[in-house]
Amino acid sequence: MTLLKEPQISSVCKKLLTGITGLSLVLFLVAHLIGNLTLFAGPDVFNAYAQFLHHFMHGMFIRIAEIGLMGFFALHIWSALSVQRSKKRARPTGYEVNSYAGGPSKKTFHSMYMAVSGILILVFVIIHLINFKYADHEIVGTMTMENGIEVTNVYKLVVNTFQGNFGLVLLYMAAMGALCSHLMHGIWSAIQSLGLTRPATIPYLNLVGMAIAIALAVGFFLLPLLIFMMRGTFDPNAVPDYSSHARLLLAPWMLG
Amino acid sequence: MKVNLKIWRQAGPDAPGKLVDYTVENVDPSQSFLEMLDSLNEQLVKKGEVPVAFESDCREGICGNCGLVINGIAHGEKGGCTTCEIRMRQYKEGDTITVEPFRAKAFPLIKDLVVNRSAFDRIMSKGGYVAVNAGSAQDANSQLIHRDLAEEAMDAAACIGCGACVAACPNASASLFVGAKISQFTWLPQGQIERSTRAKKMVTQMDSEGFGDCSNHAECEAVCPKEISIANISRMRREFTKSLFARN
Repeated sequence: MTLLKEPQISSVCKKLLTGITGLSLVLFLVAHLIGNLTLFAGPDVFNAYAQFLHHFMHGMFIRIAEIGLMGFFALHIWSALSVQRSKKRARPTGYEVNSYAGGPSKKTFHSMYMAVSGILILVFVIIHLINFKYADHEIVGTMTMENGIEVTNVYKLVVNTFQGNFGLVLLYMAAMGALCSHLMHGIWSAIQSLGLTRPATIPYLNLVGMAIAIALAVGFFLLPLLIFMMRGTFDPNAVPDYSSHARLLLAPWMLG
Repeated sequence: MKVNLKIWRQAGPDAPGKLVDYTVENVDPSQSFLEMLDSLNEQLVKKGEVPVAFESDCREGICGNCGLVINGIAHGEKGGCTTCEIRMRQYKEGDTITVEPFRAKAFPLIKDLVVNRSAFDRIMSKGGYVAVNAGSAQDANSQLIHRDLAEEAMDAAACIGCGACVAACPNASASLFVGAKISQFTWLPQGQIERSTRAKKMVTQMDSEGFGDCSNHAECEAVCPKEISIANISRMRREFTKSLFARN
């Protein structure tokens, strides 16, 4: 616990650590969103994608990815907590009046409440893992792919989870609000923390960061909502239709 | 014009402090903010009260001595100027203005609105210099330096060390000051000798002075009287990372 108590690490190293882990988690989110969009291609493609993830490199890939993500999360939280703690130490007596200077300042609601949005994201991640990773996969059964391989019907799990519980859909949507807020400051801030900015590029990088934040949040926000709204189309017991060319384009990649 | 003031009064470093209400009548809109405080102090002296302690020297925005937090913003709402450059014309009749000292553990309060900014001097002593004799004007002219680099070095060297960046930072970080002081030497030949260790030494001293960590709010750039870019903080991080791999 001494590590948590008094970090003997330079303030610049802490920023590098927060930036590297934060940007890596953003890259994971991009991959996660692209993967999740295969839900719209139907049960065969989504299940094949899940099967691919779990069997790529004989199942080693997912293990390494999970341990890596856990580690990045832990380091990100540790370095962010350490920054928060330094904040309290560095200004024991606060101001009577607090304001925003405007102009080139990037101090916003989002940047001031990074810790709050971060905690909300952490709580959401735990709920999300309980919902899917640690859900009972036996209930949904299996599905036979075109090439005869039998795979767990995770498509059915996702569709059932969201279609049967509008409260959960709302919770997911609210969590994406927290994610958006965190990334509105987080993405640009990580680039600055890694020392990758120049005077001329700062305004653009700030805008690009906010655009990526909104795009990711909207993408994840729409998934549960659309699944809930398209209750007729997203049939959990759908029989895969292999005639669609779009789906056939994706399937070979995932089934290897 | 009449203005109402709420000024932080504190008799000494360990004495309790509080905001005290004052009213200043007959303020001329062309007066500077500090001249307005001067007339308040004249009133207080006439009444036999202790005048408000605040710092100032050149009163033309170049010495970095003055520094007040006005309505929650270091050097006031105008931006791009020091406290002494603020004119009373930006306020309206009957406005209430809150005046507080720079707040940071590394800037201990001495009295009222005066804080001790020696922490900056100790950071400078760790690497904010060149050990070679830089010569005089003719030597500078005979050293050919690309105009863009000279401009960038000058933009950083414009820092007057007023400490507003620390006062404005939600974390009380001194990153902009240290970033500027490291950056001004980065591209110039005179700065190369100590370059490999400068960032490490100055950042280490900054941390040990008790300044907070930077969270990239960029509030410092917004209040900086010399409008120094936070890209200098970015450069400090690059220089620091490189200095970790330096031999000495």
